[in-house]
Amino acid sequence: MLYLDAGKYAPYVWPAYAITVVVFVWLIGDSLMRARRWRRAVEAREKDAAADNHERDAAE
Amino acid sequence: MFAFLYNPDRFMAFSRWAAPLFGAIAAVLAVVGLWLDFAAPPDYQQGYTIHVMFIHVPASMMSLFVYLCLAVASFLGLVFRQPLADAAARAAAPLGAGLTLLALVTGSLWGKPMWGTWWVWDARLTSELVLLLFYLGYMALQAAIDDEARAARACAILALVGVVNLPIVVFSVDWWNTLHQGSTLFAPSGQGLAPVYVPPFLIMIVAYLGAFGALWLVRIRAEVWRRRANVLAVRAAR
Repeated sequence: MLYLDAGKYAPYVWPAYAITVVVFVWLIGDSLMRARRWRRAVEAREKDAAADNHERDAAE
Repeated sequence: MFAFLYNPDRFMAFSRWAAPLFGAIAAVLAVVGLWLDFAAPPDYQQGYTIHVMFIHVPASMMSLFVYLCLAVASFLGLVFRQPLADAAARAAAPLGAGLTLLALVTGSLWGKPMWGTWWVWDARLTSELVLLLFYLGYMALQAAIDDEARAARACAILALVGVVNLPIVVFSVDWWNTLHQGSTLFAPSGQGLAPVYVPPFLIMIVAYLGAFGALWLVRIRAEVWRRRANVLAVRAAR
């Protein structure tokens, strides 16, 4: 049996849980998006660098 | 033991599997911990507000632990010039700030029904607020200095100064007469946490620890990639 009824303390208990969820969602989302953004930036710049090298070799 | 992590390539190989593993462990433990939390009966004194303890106390503990990690990483970066140490310190700050904010807000929501006030300038609450200001100051200082090496040095010094605040937060309830209660987990027998609350409480602490571990690794990976991207951009510009 779960005691999900917080009674008269509900206005304090549930906002505390809601804020915890919001903060964790923000931390997880921000961390994952930051990692993805910079990984893609590295991949794009490596691709550009490889293309530049290829063009330089072709010109020589 | 952790020397292999000093090498960014080895760190990336390690964190690639460790971050999702820590995240999965944290998620499972959080579900189990919350289930046991809500399966426990209301406290005979605090009633249903005891539920707040399972999210507030782990957040408070982690706010201190993350700062300790930030300070150790700052020390390693400042003194030994470890390549990943600055990245680790930089990655820890927003996580610590988030957890400290969580500790303050959930503490306030617990304090209102129990103490009759949202906030009081007692030693524990004030020192925890100072901890948040150290995190925010660290991030602001980092953003304010363009030269990354100079920013890392200045931030490391600030982080090490802030270590003074950690024992003040921990022992404030013993050193001063505060509205905030003392330690319940380590209180003498019969005066601490009721046995029914101990398992979910410990499980939630480990869940928060796992979540921090996973997020810290992800953010350090992002920082390593950011630096690689900047190096490649400079090379491309030449």
